[in-house]
Amino acid sequence: MKRYSGFSLLKNALSYHENWQKVWRNPTPKRDYDVVIVGGGGHGLATAYYLAKVHGITNVAVVEKGYLGGGNTARNTTIIRSNYLWDEAAQLYELSLKLWEGLSQDLNYNVMFSQRGVLNLGHNLQDMRDIERRVSANRLNGIDGEVVTPQRIKEIAPLINISPDSRYPILGASWQPRGGTARHDAVAWGYARAADALGAEMIQQTEVTGIRRKDGAVVGVETSNGFIGARKVACVTAGNSGVVAAMAGLRLPVESRPLQALVSEPIKPCLDTVVMSNAVHGYISQSDKGDLVIGAGVDSYNGYGQRGSFHVVEHTVQAICELFPAFSRVSMNRQWGGIVDTCPDACPIISKTSVDGLYFNCGWGTGGFKATPGSGYVFADTVANDRPHPLAEAFNLDRFNTGALIDEHGAAGVAH
Amino acid sequence: MLLIYCPNCLEHREEEEFSYGGEAHIARPLNPETLSDTQWADYLFFRKNPRGIHHEMWYHATGCRRYFNATRNTVTYEILETYQVGTQPQITGTDA
Repeated sequence: MKRYSGFSLLKNALSYHENWQKVWRNPTPKRDYDVVIVGGGGHGLATAYYLAKVHGITNVAVVEKGYLGGGNTARNTTIIRSNYLWDEAAQLYELSLKLWEGLSQDLNYNVMFSQRGVLNLGHNLQDMRDIERRVSANRLNGIDGEVVTPQRIKEIAPLINISPDSRYPILGASWQPRGGTARHDAVAWGYARAADALGAEMIQQTEVTGIRRKDGAVVGVETSNGFIGARKVACVTAGNSGVVAAMAGLRLPVESRPLQALVSEPIKPCLDTVVMSNAVHGYISQSDKGDLVIGAGVDSYNGYGQRGSFHVVEHTVQAICELFPAFSRVSMNRQWGGIVDTCPDACPIISKTSVDGLYFNCGWGTGGFKATPGSGYVFADTVANDRPHPLAEAFNLDRFNTGALIDEHGAAGVAH
Repeated sequence: MLLIYCPNCLEHREEEEFSYGGEAHIARPLNPETLSDTQWADYLFFRKNPRGIHHEMWYHATGCRRYFNATRNTVTYEILETYQVGTQPQITGTDA
């Protein structure tokens, strides 16, 4: 892999940028691999990268039915934060945030990670009590956070409406300055390029149609391009996790639902932070291009159609106009949906399964993007060593039998 | 926006009048104390979540305020039938 640098940019400018190296190879699949990763989204690609980088396992294929990073990785609102309430979740997301902080250098790819801070607004007394509790828990876990007043919120985001006369007045917020956003496509591309450079192979437009097992252990995957042998199969298929699990005769406690987002026309810089509100239910940031990136709620019903109901968008936009009256005249450009796999406790499953050599990383629900590096890191460790990474231990599949759930519904920041 | 035919009100109404009740035809175990943890977890948390035909409950919150069942395709979102709680669906299968 040729490194990207200011010098390489200059050098390639001299040849009219026509001689850049391909970012990754496009190989035909080999007969077998040490590890096959099902799903070429951010989490799958990060898993491939950390398998190679940390564990020296490079005989790896990432099998993707579409193109790399074309699913939920390309559909989220790119918000990154680690201010979760419970210790288990906070530590996992904080590992992720720490990896984000060095990711562009680590991958030699600019993921445009911008620590512009995240505000989670409170609109009533109970919101504020929850915020106080969560911020205190965060600080005990070594995660930055503070409770801020409406005046301080106004300083951070001047366009916000903090009038006490509004329908849902803002009483305060939690503020995590280290949170922010990143460029989602670049995350997928950066991980794919770095993993490819270490030897992992990206097998695109190849759909996994079955998981072949022998004597209770996995031996490979059936795909639309034939059988690929594997000693271990790691599934990271987000909304389709239940479908992939069924191929191995397993059931998962996840339900797949449409989650929508929308962007406005590009406007001049006016919002240099991320604002989320649980009570009025919307979240908003501004991309480097100038679009307002707005996240809507999850649709109530199960679905795989990658689109949701219009009234959900309507409610979200109402909430945004409530918070930012100035945005009421901004036109929305595009709206789309992704399919999120939600767990009963709003926490992921990073786990071995009852089938030897078969692993699942799923159930991230509405908040998977921020966890991409950490998820890949602990999942790679789990797959490489055939035992849960210490931070992944609590997120095992068995917690639904034992009852040791990690209830993050209240702390998820928005009321999904 | 889904248009849902309520089998109690006998007309199509907009999705916003309803709330979703999850998978239908899940019977509460008659003797919970005899279940293993795995069986109880299965009842509480594990759902079919199919890609295709799904039988599910809906609650007509601003209409008759009663639950009914629907058969819906989870890929096209087409509602194939709605029927009363306690009755069985006409349309079954798993086709996407």
